[in-house]
Amino acid sequence: MRYEELMRLAWREALLAFKRAPVLSVLSITTIAFSLFAFGLFGLVALNIRHQLSQLEDRVEIRAFVVDGTNAEATSAALGDIGSFPEVLSAKLVTSEEALVRARKELGEFSDVFEAGILPASIDVKLKPGHNDPATVSAVAGRIKNYDFVDDVRFGEEWVQKLYRIRNIATLAGAVLGLAFAGVAVIIIGSTIRMAVLARAREISIMRVVGATDGFIRSPFLIEGVLKGTLGGLLALLMTWLANTLMGRFVFSAEFFDMKYALAGVAAGAMIGLLGSAFSVGRHLREV
Amino acid sequence: MIRFTHVFKEFPRTGLALQDVSLHVGKGEFVFLTGPSGAGKSTILKLIFLEERPTKGEVKVSGVSSVTIRGRDVPKLRRKMGVVFQDFRLLEDRSVEANIAFALEVTGTAPTAIGAKVSRLLGQVGLASKATSLPRELSGGEQQRVAIARALANDPVVLIADEPTGNLDERATRGIFQLLRDINASGTAVIMATHDLELIRRAECRTIEMNHGQIVFDSAEQVSANPAGGDAL
Ligand SMILES: Nc1ncnc2c1ncn2[C@@H]1O[C@H](COP(=O)(O)OP(=O)(O)OP(=O)(O)O)[C@@H](O)[C@H]1O
Ligand SMILES: [Mg+2]
Repeated sequence: MRYEELMRLAWREALLAFKRAPVLSVLSITTIAFSLFAFGLFGLVALNIRHQLSQLEDRVEIRAFVVDGTNAEATSAALGDIGSFPEVLSAKLVTSEEALVRARKELGEFSDVFEAGILPASIDVKLKPGHNDPATVSAVAGRIKNYDFVDDVRFGEEWVQKLYRIRNIATLAGAVLGLAFAGVAVIIIGSTIRMAVLARAREISIMRVVGATDGFIRSPFLIEGVLKGTLGGLLALLMTWLANTLMGRFVFSAEFFDMKYALAGVAAGAMIGLLGSAFSVGRHLREV
Repeated sequence: MIRFTHVFKEFPRTGLALQDVSLHVGKGEFVFLTGPSGAGKSTILKLIFLEERPTKGEVKVSGVSSVTIRGRDVPKLRRKMGVVFQDFRLLEDRSVEANIAFALEVTGTAPTAIGAKVSRLLGQVGLASKATSLPRELSGGEQQRVAIARALANDPVVLIADEPTGNLDERATRGIFQLLRDINASGTAVIMATHDLELIRRAECRTIEMNHGQIVFDSAEQVSANPAGGDAL
């Protein structure tokens, strides 16, 4: 049989199936949509956590306090050295006076308590993006600490590590829950297609009697599965977008998936539909 | 053309449905398969169109052996056979012509050739005027004619009919039987399982009688192996 001819017949049968069992079809599309919607919501949360974290990461910096009375040449030489570390974005000197100004600004009304000269000068180091992980931060801090005139180095060790732990947990939870949702969706679409298969068991047995190949019998169901999966994916995308927009209006504005992820979500729906129906039809064809 | 050699068929729970069955049906023969309920008639027919495989022994159809055939070659072999059931098995939501066209589409007949072929088949079974009717708008006898037309769609060498008149009244039975005889006269072998002893007696065709999964009488064997005749059991 020519391929185009097979496709034409398979599409006809798949559309007929939609028309004959509209309730069942809508049910399976909605179940796929809701599974992916749940997945999508979680994905949005993970996406936004990551996004927030990457903004926070930008603020990670290392502050090395300089011993009082260190001469200017030594510090500026050190500044040059540190600035040329491969992980370092920028290094700048904050004099004791500047530190006081900054502290006054940050602390507002309590600014009176500071007297000139109390605060030590420091070298403030910013790291390049992608070098903000706890290991790199403490390695760079260690190297800076080797200068004799450096008194103490602060880099919010705990804070950096906590940040990373949260991000890792979010990623892991996203992956685990995502897989669980996808699994549930495959099972759901599998059983709705199975209902469709059983509803057409008679037709399948007649097809076999007149000499249809298993491939011929299978193809309309697979098309039906992909079609339902794609529609479910699109519906899920719409629901996720609506949820995101509503949240943006009433709570806080959040990032939405870019085109690549949105397409991947729809493709995941199609894949779930295909797997579910392949599984159900395969099982039925083996049973009878 | 169809040959059973020492065929046994055992089902998981019900046990032996066929015991050591050997038989041969030649091209263009008309054969009745009879016997009490549970004797194994349907099982023999299922083995012929490969819905079941023998537990032991060999079933050969058109030179293809049940022992060596690969699963994906089964559909091809089935296209050489037409099958008709007691309950017609038509697709209820399609017209008569769509039901027949279905068998042609499924086997990859060129779309342009289907229309003419369906009309010819409908004419052959005497239903030319019912092409667009739905199955439920037809009598039982007419529905069985549609099923027969569908079975003939791929020009089978053998037509297998499992109690095709089981749901029909006397008149419709005679009509269907006559149709099967006509089909047989044009060269297609017919194997028909039936309980209708009256029909068998009047028809004077080869008759195989089954009981408890064994052949207990074969009018063809009877003539050659025991020319003097003898009792059937
Ligand atoms: N799929 C099956 N699974 C288990 N046992 C079966 C199956 N098909 C048939 N049998 C058994 O095989 C035996 C023969 O059945 P078969 O259907 O061939 O009888 P039959 O001669 O066609 O009877 P009837 O005249 O009632 O149609 C019966 O005992 C039946 O229970
Ligand atoms: Mg039977």
